[in-house]
Amino acid sequence: MAHDSLYAAPPTAEAEPGGGRLASVRGLLGSWDAVIVAALVVAVLVASLTVENFATGRNAQFLLLDLMPLALIALPMTLIVITGEIDLSVASMVGLCSTLMGQLWLSSGLSLELICVLVVLLGAVLGAVNGLFVTGFGLPSLAVTIGTLALYRGLSFVVLGDQAVADFPADWTAAVVRNIPGTSVPVMVVPLLVLAVIFGVVLHATAAGRALYAMGNNDQAATFTGVSVARTKFWLFVVSGAVCGLVGIFWTLRYASARGDNATGLELTVVTAVLLGGVSIFGGRGALLGVVAGVLLLGVLRNALQLADVDANALTIVTGSLLIASVVLPNAVADIRARLHRRRQRQPVAS
Amino acid sequence: MSLTDAGAPERAAGNAPPDPDRQRRGLTERLLAVRELSLLIALGLLVGVTALRNDRFLSGQSIKDLLLGCAILVILAVGQTLVIVTRNVDLSVGSILGLVAFATGSLFLSAPGTPWPVALVVGVALGALCGAVNGGLIAVARVPALVITLGTLYAFRGVDYYWASGRQINAADMPPSFLRLGNQTVLGVPVLFLVALVVVAAVGFYLRSYRSGRELYAIGSEPAAARLSGIRVGRRVFAVFVASGALAGLAGVLYAARFGTLDAAAGTGLELQVVAAAVVGGVAIFGGSGSAYGAALGAVLLTTIGSSLAVLRIDPFWQQAVVGALILAAIGLDRLLALRVAARLRGRSAHGA
Amino acid sequence: MTADAPGTQAPLLVLDGVTKSFGAVAALRGVHLTLHSGEAHALVGENGAGKSTLVKVLAGAHAPDSGSLTLDGQPLRLGGPADARAAGIAVIYQEPTLFPDLSVAENIFMGRQPLRGLRRIDTAAMNRDAERLFQRLGVRIDPTRPARGLSIADQQLVEIAKAISFDARVLVMDEPTAALSGVEVERLFAVARSLCEGGAAVLFISHRFNEVFDLCHRVTVLRDGAWVSSDDTADLTVDEVVRGMVGRDVSSLYPKQDAELRDTLLDVRRLSRAGVFTDVSFSVRGGEIVALAGLVGAGRSEVARAVFGVDRYDAGEVLVAGRAVPAGNPGRAIAAGMALVPEDRRQQGLIMELSVERNATLARRRALSRLGLLLGAAERAEARQWTRRLQVKASRLGAPVATLSGGNQQKVVLAKWLATEPRVLIIDEPTRGIDVGTKSEVHRLLSELAGQGLAILMISSELPEVLGMADRVLVMHEGRLVRELPRAEADETSIMFAATGQGATA
Repeated sequence: MAHDSLYAAPPTAEAEPGGGRLASVRGLLGSWDAVIVAALVVAVLVASLTVENFATGRNAQFLLLDLMPLALIALPMTLIVITGEIDLSVASMVGLCSTLMGQLWLSSGLSLELICVLVVLLGAVLGAVNGLFVTGFGLPSLAVTIGTLALYRGLSFVVLGDQAVADFPADWTAAVVRNIPGTSVPVMVVPLLVLAVIFGVVLHATAAGRALYAMGNNDQAATFTGVSVARTKFWLFVVSGAVCGLVGIFWTLRYASARGDNATGLELTVVTAVLLGGVSIFGGRGALLGVVAGVLLLGVLRNALQLADVDANALTIVTGSLLIASVVLPNAVADIRARLHRRRQRQPVAS
Repeated sequence: MSLTDAGAPERAAGNAPPDPDRQRRGLTERLLAVRELSLLIALGLLVGVTALRNDRFLSGQSIKDLLLGCAILVILAVGQTLVIVTRNVDLSVGSILGLVAFATGSLFLSAPGTPWPVALVVGVALGALCGAVNGGLIAVARVPALVITLGTLYAFRGVDYYWASGRQINAADMPPSFLRLGNQTVLGVPVLFLVALVVVAAVGFYLRSYRSGRELYAIGSEPAAARLSGIRVGRRVFAVFVASGALAGLAGVLYAARFGTLDAAAGTGLELQVVAAAVVGGVAIFGGSGSAYGAALGAVLLTTIGSSLAVLRIDPFWQQAVVGALILAAIGLDRLLALRVAARLRGRSAHGA
Repeated sequence: MTADAPGTQAPLLVLDGVTKSFGAVAALRGVHLTLHSGEAHALVGENGAGKSTLVKVLAGAHAPDSGSLTLDGQPLRLGGPADARAAGIAVIYQEPTLFPDLSVAENIFMGRQPLRGLRRIDTAAMNRDAERLFQRLGVRIDPTRPARGLSIADQQLVEIAKAISFDARVLVMDEPTAALSGVEVERLFAVARSLCEGGAAVLFISHRFNEVFDLCHRVTVLRDGAWVSSDDTADLTVDEVVRGMVGRDVSSLYPKQDAELRDTLLDVRRLSRAGVFTDVSFSVRGGEIVALAGLVGAGRSEVARAVFGVDRYDAGEVLVAGRAVPAGNPGRAIAAGMALVPEDRRQQGLIMELSVERNATLARRRALSRLGLLLGAAERAEARQWTRRLQVKASRLGAPVATLSGGNQQKVVLAKWLATEPRVLIIDEPTRGIDVGTKSEVHRLLSELAGQGLAILMISSELPEVLGMADRVLVMHEGRLVRELPRAEADETSIMFAATGQGATA
């Protein structure tokens, strides 16, 4: 190409004022995964050394089982938050799926296998309702899913009232808590890992994943590049609903109880784990590895403190502080760095 | 409401002086009034239908219960309006209410002679302090308030539990003068509701008629432009969170006075109802529009739905589902209205070139 | 307007030796600027020359690192936008900064609303004052309507009303005409002139030299953050100004070469969208550059968006190389061989937070996948190839595209679309907001692409660009194609005639 000689001045002065700062926050978030993984390792080590009964097989099994719902829902939530949306109705979808599973088992006479399939489908439908409101009507997902949070939770009470269905077959309820033979790792970890790998690959190594980041940063520009923003977001909500269906089944069988208030408040823990994992609430930034580490960190801390006889309800201090720290710290560090950098810049000028 | 009529004369009449009526109440304000009017109509319909089915619904006692029941939610919704208008959200109000309510009880427990106005001031101050924590963290982190207040929702509640460590405070531990505050009526109207009315009127008036109030809308409508027009955005947002905290503190004290029995779980989950009330009341979740009056009406409507369901003998378990459906309907309607108004405004934009 | 040199009295505002750095980047290096009362003063320079930083300094949004500001002989310190406003400096930014939810009157008087008892806002007085301002500007905008839905031109007018409402002594206008049509520009200039006559000083920033010479008495040129010259416009030619900006001679700005015309590649048939455009039909052949001219708001960009599938249309069809392209689906349009370089680079063309590499390969993300997997190495190789071909100047491919200059950003957008090897390239305002040097690079590139057989549809509001580049000119007026002019017949008069709706009946 011939048009080389015309551009004379090197583009020195045109960097955006915010560019330096943006880059340093970004550099830091790039290593945020590492920070969280390191924090996780430290937490496990400290807990193993100081908390009685923490480093036992039995505790590991409980820890992992307790984490399952959080970990599962965090997977689609990560993708949704990266696109700049949020799904606050997840816990209510779990609750509604759980009570419907109970009601179907109680009164329909269908086989439990079929019921499980129906429940996952139902979850997908609930998610589709969210998706329709958000993408079809163009409403903010925050408001929509606060609405469906109330709606689905309300419906789950409508289905079973304040009753519980508990008479699920023992072989089913035992199956979900069984360990992989010879280990203290629950069998259920296997499907979780498979799903995590699938979500990770989709997010980080496919064209669809690139599209998710693109629309999270700027959905208009993404549209102009041929990304079907609305359709993609719709399906993310559907997937989120289906995963909540799975979690509803797991929750019901694990505690052998289908109740209207199952999983109440879980949405906030999931969002905490995702943000702790370094996903930006503005969308467009974050990685699945960080989220997995964030989920584990949250689980380990809560488990260890519980073993150390801290009141379960007071544990919310830990959740809240972690969440705040995860958003305040990177900014504070970036600020300090920028200030140091500026000082270093200024010194040669002054001297 | 006659948007169509308003547009026509303006285009037709060449240089005629603007219609004096239009001058007094501008288009922007009228759009808001439509929203509040539709809420009033919905409320009227609800009350009407319920009263038709059961005339006891309009008895003095029933109305008193209703007013008593909505007072706390109204105060919280008004506080939330201040926050949402600036394109933020305060999810920690339920936890602040719980913490302040328990603190009020504890104050009377440890210093039984405390006069109730002192407790009120202490409670409001504690709420304001919690709000200041929110505001400060948001200023430092520069992330959406959603994240920070989600964190403090947990943290404040955790402090509450940690402090209470399973204890419960009963009405017997509190002075009767204080408890009367929660149930007394003036001319048949509960004092609690009067307090709420004062809060609504004060905040509504402030938001509409004061420069700093209008600046809150400016911030929520376009934060970058607000900064460029010299509005001190950080300071205003901080103040708004302190105000929301203080109102949550006030609500906490009133909660203690009304219910008497307090544990660390008081007000759990209330934040969603509060946001719902504001959204149903026409406060746009992404800031810049809405009024305290609307939010208060939204809170009254949500509370009334609860009581109506009971009177109509509908399974009370439906209540939450109805609230959810109402939120969806409200934001859907707002969206529809906004689209139609936008289409009309585009038509008006073509002034004589 | 002639330069009746108001330089005899003492200057109104003086900037002396103003320096401002962001990190390692020096945006302003000892800039001088003197504004006299009653003067319209142009500030020109390539993108990145420091104009916008200078504006921000005047607006109080940036504090200079060193140097001084003097107003009326008194030293001026600006701690924030509020200080600048108090000093009588008003700034109209490139992009209007209105509050969409608030009424027009409130937008004008935010923070300065007239008060009555108890320090309450006097809404009626505020609306009256706004009405009076609009009368002075000779426009009719309902002060009580919300700012949402105002056209860009009306938004600019509200900004101007805001500026004159506090009797600004210095009015700074940062590319205010970028989004305005000819009539609107004239109106704006009339206001600026009357302000000057009233004793204010106007600092006018623009890339359009005809406007600079039309309005301004003096021109200050900046290059690479440094002051180059300040001269009376009467003593200058456009070439001299350009030479000052670029630091060397610029030979030809618009070098479209004749290319062999091939088969029709883009065929648009009777496209309509209610209220936006009606019955638009045209075709573009390979090797041809067709310009879509018209006033802002005539529906040009809207047609482009509909053709590419970003917006839906109600009737008509779009064919690429004889095959119908499904409506409302940019992905399918890309697959059919179309590419659209949109008008708003920051909002539509690029994802500013993502790296140069990701941006350059975003449209090729499916093509670069193997067995559904997209690996970083493939993206890097592709991005390196195309950024090298277009000579994108970036520190590294992993840098966020936001750190590049406007011209280089535009090259990344072009790289992104050329990588898809399109047959039809739609390019909306190809050189808006980019510097003179890159401008001719882009023009040369377009000419070269046409030579390679691409069909190019170019939308442009700059008539010299249209006249220099296009083989054919289509003129739109109020949503309709009103005129088609071959290169030989197209000149400023014939295009403006048609664009203002006067040629439609002829």
